[in-house]
Amino acid sequence: MNIPENLKYTKDHEWILVEGDVVTVGITEFAQGELGDIVFVEIETEGEDLDKEEVFGTIEAVKTVSDLYMPVKGKVLEVNDDLEDQPELVNKEPYEGGWMVKIQAEDVAEFDALLTAEQYKELIG
Amino acid sequence: MKKTAFNSIHHSLNAKMVPFAGYEMPIEYTGINDEHMQVRNNVGVFDVSHMGEFWVKGPNAFEFIQRVTSNDVGKLSIGKAQYSCFPNGQGGIVDDLLVYKYEEEKYLLVVNASNIEKDWNWCIENNTMHAELENASDEISQLAIQGPKAIETLQKLTDINLSEIPYYSFVTGKIGGVNDVIISNTGYTGAGGFELYIYNKDATTLWESIFKAGAEYDIKPIGLAARDTLRLEMGFCLYGNDINDTTSPIEAGLGWITKFTDSNDFIDREALLSQKENGVTRRLRAFKMINRGIPRKDYEIVDNEDNVIGHVTSGTQSPVLKSGIGMGYVKTDQAKFGTEIFIKVRNRKLKAEIVKAPFI
Repeated sequence: MNIPENLKYTKDHEWILVEGDVVTVGITEFAQGELGDIVFVEIETEGEDLDKEEVFGTIEAVKTVSDLYMPVKGKVLEVNDDLEDQPELVNKEPYEGGWMVKIQAEDVAEFDALLTAEQYKELIG
Repeated sequence: MKKTAFNSIHHSLNAKMVPFAGYEMPIEYTGINDEHMQVRNNVGVFDVSHMGEFWVKGPNAFEFIQRVTSNDVGKLSIGKAQYSCFPNGQGGIVDDLLVYKYEEEKYLLVVNASNIEKDWNWCIENNTMHAELENASDEISQLAIQGPKAIETLQKLTDINLSEIPYYSFVTGKIGGVNDVIISNTGYTGAGGFELYIYNKDATTLWESIFKAGAEYDIKPIGLAARDTLRLEMGFCLYGNDINDTTSPIEAGLGWITKFTDSNDFIDREALLSQKENGVTRRLRAFKMINRGIPRKDYEIVDNEDNVIGHVTSGTQSPVLKSGIGMGYVKTDQAKFGTEIFIKVRNRKLKAEIVKAPFI
């Protein structure tokens, strides 16, 4: 299972790449494997200010649908438009082409609460 | 948790295993779309050993099956199979099943895994004519080999001419080094192919033979998830979703397996005949999404004025059509083919159209 060391994680199986006060968010390799083939990623919150743990989008697999949660409070700066036509990128390259949103965090202190790669590894056993 | 005879094979193939009807079953191997298209285009193998098998034997076997199933067993000759259901005495359905006429006084009933115990009790309870019943579910394994290359794959393994077995017919014989296999031209995918019934002891031998024979078609194991999307593209009912104890076969569009012939005095005959003659208030319908979105079980079906006219019973993204498809009960007056309906997908109202199944 690929769990890159340079990323942070949440218990909702999202990964977070921190660059200053901007974070890039996607779902982990474990999460995409559990969901199976992904057919839509719907994110209609571009430009919105959302609280931590608020839903910023949904991800639909053939068999199931799952909400996507804000890992930190902030503004949704950018949405990965490639997922519109190629949702399978989330399955194929969850940590690269499958990224979902970039968020401008309101309070970088919130980053401390995110899980490290090691903590996430323990979480999924 | 029960295990089928193929359990260690599934694990060795890294299948995603889930509890299903008391069994640990493979839901997915390489991915649902990949597995789905493998069956549509080539050939795939499903372990469906969790299905239940009841033998019905003796001089009263015919009378018993005629009574408990809705289809007309009198129409069944030796070597033929019939799709049918057990009406539940209250206008609903205990289960849907296949009835095989094996010998003059010997039939095989194949029922859903999740209903084995319920069906068995129902059969015992209604066996007032004392047919000989035997629950062989734990001794019999079943493989479904489905897809356009299924026949070529299996033909390499047997001297029986498989092309001479018509749809919904079967023969018993040797295949893949295993004797006395029931080779049935049936399936739940609409892709063509066979279902093979064998004793557990022969299960892995047959699996290995089939995979060797199918190598040139890139044969693959297929999980329960793709089994569901394949059947839904054909508009086949799934018990527990599209039919259950509260849905009648007439409402479900299963009038074609509900035969009101003079000799067929089955449970609920009068009530179902009245439904057939007087009509029903709701109908099971297939629908295709026009807006982008995936319908799922229990989502509301509404009209353009937001009135709830039904509920989704099955839904998915069709891997072939790459759009949402589903089935659900809708009020009869709004059930015409071509009717525009709406599916409440979470907070949104998405447009769909009632269509005739199959979807592809």
